[in-house]
Amino acid sequence: MDLRMIVTVKQVPDTHNVTGDAMKDDGTVNRAALPTIFNPEDLNALEEALKLKERTGGHITCISMGPPNAVEVLKECLYRGADDAILISDRRFAGADTLATSYALKCAIEQVGKYDLILCGRQAIDGDTAQVGPQIAEKLEINQLTCVAAVTEIDNKSITAKRSVEDGYEIVKSDFPALLTITASANEPRSANAKKVMTYKNIGKEICNSSYHESYMAAESCSILSHVKEWNVEAIKADPVQCGLSGSPTKVKKIQSVVLTGCESRQVANSDIAITNLMNELVSENIIG
Amino acid sequence: MNNKKNVMVFIESRAGKIAEVSLELLGAATDLAKKLGVQVEAVAIGHNLIDELSVLGHYGCQRVYYIDDMRLNHFTSIPYAKIVVSTIQAHNPGIVLFGATTMGRDVAPRVASALKCGLTADCTDLKIGEHKIKDKVYQDILLQIRPAFGGNIIATIVSPESVPSMATVREGVMKMVTPNPDLTVEIISEACQVNNDDFLTEVLEVISEEKAVNLKAAQVIVSAGMGASDPEAIALAQNLAHALCGELGCSRPVVDSGILDKDHQVGQTGITVRPNLYIACGISGQIQHRAGMSEAKRIIAINKDPHAPIFAIAHYGIIGDVKDILTKMIKAYKKA
Ligand SMILES: Cc1cc2nc3c(=O)[nH]c(=O)nc-3n(C[C@H](O)[C@H](O)[C@H](O)COP(=O)(O)OP(=O)(O)OC[C@H]3O[C@@H](n4cnc5c(N)ncnc54)[C@H](O)[C@@H]3O)c2cc1C
Ligand SMILES: Nc1ncnc2c1ncn2[C@@H]1O[C@H](COP(=O)(O)O)[C@@H](O)[C@H]1O
Repeated sequence: MDLRMIVTVKQVPDTHNVTGDAMKDDGTVNRAALPTIFNPEDLNALEEALKLKERTGGHITCISMGPPNAVEVLKECLYRGADDAILISDRRFAGADTLATSYALKCAIEQVGKYDLILCGRQAIDGDTAQVGPQIAEKLEINQLTCVAAVTEIDNKSITAKRSVEDGYEIVKSDFPALLTITASANEPRSANAKKVMTYKNIGKEICNSSYHESYMAAESCSILSHVKEWNVEAIKADPVQCGLSGSPTKVKKIQSVVLTGCESRQVANSDIAITNLMNELVSENIIG
Repeated sequence: MNNKKNVMVFIESRAGKIAEVSLELLGAATDLAKKLGVQVEAVAIGHNLIDELSVLGHYGCQRVYYIDDMRLNHFTSIPYAKIVVSTIQAHNPGIVLFGATTMGRDVAPRVASALKCGLTADCTDLKIGEHKIKDKVYQDILLQIRPAFGGNIIATIVSPESVPSMATVREGVMKMVTPNPDLTVEIISEACQVNNDDFLTEVLEVISEEKAVNLKAAQVIVSAGMGASDPEAIALAQNLAHALCGELGCSRPVVDSGILDKDHQVGQTGITVRPNLYIACGISGQIQHRAGMSEAKRIIAINKDPHAPIFAIAHYGIIGDVKDILTKMIKAYKKA
């Protein structure tokens, strides 16, 4: 079976290590001040695609929208076994909220053409919005299965998955094409394959103005991918007004640093007596029983 | 009829029961609607829910558009999204609120995409205010407030040109108002306009699992952070929680590292709690964590770093090693 899969991956700031100058005055992110990583749940989405490919055969195209440096996450995809990588990059995409992001990704996916499954991470750790996946699905007018904790079955026309919901889980089935958002519990992402790292480490970027189909055909004639394709607004046939800041209905009005409104705070010494007194006090005030 | 742009809440139901988060949102919607001089409306989708809907009135909902169909008994994305879209188009609300549940986070982005309008996830506060872009002033728009970027920042997001403005809010973030049984809601049944072709998801099985912990209902929560994440410290925290008839909570990295289940996570993307007593053990106190616990009646912070931000919001601070202090607390309480 020739399962055609698209995986969307995002390079995100490592929000666990944020410093003070993380935001610019205009309220957008100062990416330069932050170390970047592969969005964790996108690694789970990629892993799920790789597992499906091992099971049924198929082809994996990874797409990322971001600054030129985001090519790094696409290379990480190739190191793990993706077949093809596309970077959507253009100054006009900058400042995109989830609506403008999903629009650009949808345009790119249409250029890729045929697909059975699109796999996204459930959410990106820079905002935890979990919106881009469903919005791509809406724009492509295809079905979505979100919060997928396991793929349980696949055949040549449909996929069955386990979705985590608040009070348990549900088993749902959808025909192709469908978009899945994958959670961290779905799998344990593999690490990079050393041989593939050697192969792809130094590959370049190729600015593509040709359609995907032409460049894909050309790439397939040689067995090893030599370029990450880079597409701009024109290459994905996007309406520039719907991209980037101008295509984003949400605006940042104000950024405030957090002021800790201190409450009346009392230091308690780390001694048996002080702690016993504290516990007694809480009991007498009926805070604890 | 009214031409005013009302505030609308998406009513979520699971297994025929209305989700608490929807009732909480009605309270928040009532506040917003008062400021705008408009009404609170709702959209409810499902099957045989009509008896459940009258309670919406008690929480401030004036009108609910109700779409009943057998095929809508269980949630699936496309039909629910299409119905919400057409309800919004028919009744033109200015603001639409969703619970940030798996259902809300599945349907809201699809709706926002179809209507090309803004959507802000996981708001921790909602207000009405104005926004200026160059010379243009937008009055009475929704200010969507949420922590951003690692935690040192609170962002206010607006979508001035998008009608409606949409936001999701997690369960527990908005305080539920006391229901007023004298208030009634007008139930308007609307036809289900979706085709069979839109039912693309087949629900094969629904399995409910008891939650391992119920943090929301706990009066005492002992919470473990990365400074209390080795097995011995977790066991001590669990012991103290047990002694105090409380529950064990934790910070997000403790969940991310696979030490405790997600049901234990307190914070912006976890559970929002308001217990009598919250004991933060080895938790630094980043905004995303504080967003879920700062309204506890009393907070005890235990941390070896005297500059940890958690101390700024704690009523009692104990500086030192978490295992040492937890051991002393357990001993002290058993004596008390
Ligand atoms: C979009 C987004 C959403 C998020 N949502 C949440 C959320 O819902 N909940 C949440 O908790 N976090 C959330 N976070 C993460 C949050 O920003 C912090 O990273 C997290 O709360 C830190 O957890 P921690 O305090 O346990 O760990 P750390 O920040 O690593 O702090 C550990 C603390 O333990 C202390 N310590 C270490 N050893 C000892 C010892 N032996 N004795 C005493 N003290 C000790 C240290 O001094 C330190 O203060 C979110 C982040 C993002 C970007
Ligand atoms: N700029 C982007 N490039 C590629 N994929 C993205 C991008 N932004 C979001 N995604 C995908 O959408 C998912 C959800 O993102 P978010 O809505 O930002 O939480 C991510 O896990 C990615 O799979």
